[in-house]
Amino acid sequence: MARARGGAGRGSGPPGEPRLSGYLYLLPGFLVYAAFLLYPLGRAAQFSLYEWDGASAESTFVGLRNYSEILGDATLRASFGHALVLMFFYAVLPLLIGLPLATILNRAKVRGLGFFRTVVFLPQVIAMVVIAVAWRRLYAPEGGLNDALRLVGLDSLARGWLGDYTWALSAVGVIGTWFETGLVTVLLLSGMGRIPGELYEAARLDGAGPVREFFAVTLPSVRGEIAVALTLTVIAALRTFDLVYVTTTGGPGTSTMVPSFEVYNRAFEQGNVGSATAIGVTLTVVIFLISTVINRIGDRATS
Amino acid sequence: MSTRITRLVAVGSLVAAAGLAACAPGSGGGADSSSSPASGASTSVATDAAKLGQVELVVWDQEVRGGQAAQITRLNDAFHKKYPNITLKRVTRSTDDLGTTLKLALSGKTPPDVFQANNGRPDMGAYVKAGQLKPLDDYAKAYGWDERYPESVRQYSSYTTDGKTFGSGSLYGLPQVGEVVGIYVNTKNLAEAGVQKPATWADFEKSLETIKAKRAGEAPLVLGNLDKWPAIHVFGDVQAQNAKAADIRTLGFGQEGASWKTPENTKAAQTIQSWVTKGYLDKNANGLGYDPAWQAFAKGKGTYLIAGTWLQADLAKAMKGDVSFMLPPPATAGGQPVATGGTGIPWAISSKSKNPDAAAAYIDFITSKDAMKVLAETENLPVVDTAAQTAPAGLGKDVFTAFGTIVEKEGLVPYLDYATPTFSDTLGAALQDLIAKKATPEQFLDTLEKDYSAFVAKNKG
Repeated sequence: MARARGGAGRGSGPPGEPRLSGYLYLLPGFLVYAAFLLYPLGRAAQFSLYEWDGASAESTFVGLRNYSEILGDATLRASFGHALVLMFFYAVLPLLIGLPLATILNRAKVRGLGFFRTVVFLPQVIAMVVIAVAWRRLYAPEGGLNDALRLVGLDSLARGWLGDYTWALSAVGVIGTWFETGLVTVLLLSGMGRIPGELYEAARLDGAGPVREFFAVTLPSVRGEIAVALTLTVIAALRTFDLVYVTTTGGPGTSTMVPSFEVYNRAFEQGNVGSATAIGVTLTVVIFLISTVINRIGDRATS
Repeated sequence: MSTRITRLVAVGSLVAAAGLAACAPGSGGGADSSSSPASGASTSVATDAAKLGQVELVVWDQEVRGGQAAQITRLNDAFHKKYPNITLKRVTRSTDDLGTTLKLALSGKTPPDVFQANNGRPDMGAYVKAGQLKPLDDYAKAYGWDERYPESVRQYSSYTTDGKTFGSGSLYGLPQVGEVVGIYVNTKNLAEAGVQKPATWADFEKSLETIKAKRAGEAPLVLGNLDKWPAIHVFGDVQAQNAKAADIRTLGFGQEGASWKTPENTKAAQTIQSWVTKGYLDKNANGLGYDPAWQAFAKGKGTYLIAGTWLQADLAKAMKGDVSFMLPPPATAGGQPVATGGTGIPWAISSKSKNPDAAAAYIDFITSKDAMKVLAETENLPVVDTAAQTAPAGLGKDVFTAFGTIVEKEGLVPYLDYATPTFSDTLGAALQDLIAKKATPEQFLDTLEKDYSAFVAKNKG
């Protein structure tokens, strides 16, 4: 690097050696990144140390009190718990559905595969707010789901799903599953499409059945895709906002309250910016940690 | 690899340090806002708008729908005709958008001159505290707004100058329209059940029993509480029939000196829960949305709907002659009515406005007697002089009469969610708990008392 700083320019030093000038290429991108991401993030972290109503000229420095309040607030702790439950519905369940679905679509070489792929992927194209409004109608006391239950004689199961303390969180989660399954399936499909046919041939020659084939060939080959799918869906689960905002506004009671919704609520409805940013920063850290772990596992698998 | 990470960390912490070194939140944009004129400094005000010279007023409002848009367009045109020297630069936004953008605009250097600011503490209260609103007391005196608007209406846009006390102090805005939460009645279903329109609260509760027996399979009182806030209005009206109006005002405005834990409030909470037990309210109320609920009522489901006057136009259109509106019936026939209600979003003036006189002239114009007439003609509910207007026929007439009566008899009590910045969430969630019987009336009131007393204690300090 000292050599590069010598300013000999192009051609000096062995080829492939990193040069400082390379960072110049990064600069424009970095500036944008810093201005629109790092700076706001830093400011948010700073705000989280204050008590501020979002309008006044005065703000009080309170140190880490906003953070200790997060830990001390049972409702808030529960809201992080709800986000973890949503992770199951957003990430784990779509993966469990997506793996067999993608395998079948890939193996069967169905006619019109493109069509099915589109259908499965469709939820991803629709705006979340639209999805939420549609599902709200489905879940209504006189909505489609209850009509279907009554049709088959399960009247006792019919209820206002989003207003039910036991079922509301799962009901919201199922919307997430419906939404993410397409993404996961399509990702896995593209991964499976790249597996050389010889591998399957060899497995079959060794006497492997479809199940064995899946575990010995397909699953290890798409580990990278699984890592990507998990990262995307886990993040989506943790930052769920629009879905809860439209369907339940955190209710009934606080049984579907999630951290992102609390951030919005405190910052824009209650004028408690310090506490809102503290939750936001905490959520960022949690997302960062979880996605790092997932990526570590994924990296190890691919290398 | 490792050097790259070190570098990244170094850059990252540099950026973070730069952020931390920057000024504290709030002290950025509007540095001069703290030196805004206090209300005490009485300056002479000019009330002849024609003599103000060429003036441009920037107006931000949310009068974008149906009758609202119609009234403001008419009034703006008339204002311009009367005062050609004043140019209005109007910016319109939806209610939600106005709320969020106004907060930023007011802390900036060139806020709008006139704008609609929501009454509550997180909005108007915060702006008053930040010195961003001009106290209107001098104008009120000069224009006679004190006489135009009764105390019970003015309290909704009054704060002390430190923004801490809501419901009294200086006047910071004037509303154009009023709202009251009453009872919509499906007269056809009521007649079919053989019930007379109840004249007392006891009659009302008894009629619920009769209707429930006659119309099996549906709750007589329609409520969709998935959105959390609708039950606040129902509870407000029930509480108003049990507790003293003065106490409700103290609680509702989050002032010191009242308590949620009283026998009266317990009775109100018990009433709500017993209505669920007896099937007067649907046990799935928490799972039904607000809009689907009143739409179902409009299609003939249920007999009563406790809701605000804002549903009048929609219900009248859908139900034609089969619907009427009444205030919650008082304890004794013809007695003092008390109901939850308030005003539309009040119009306020920025403390940084260069033309406050012109701004006040504009507000005076759109809240004058003539303006109230225009409001009635465009099917809005004028906040004052309501009884003097020719109401729209049918349901509109009921609504005008009800609101006129309750303002005249000073029976309006504030929306309970005004109390504290967090009270909307606290009360909304607590009512869902109460309706689902996840909380007893006592636990319900404990939750409310905790929020209220914590706020009062903090507000004092």
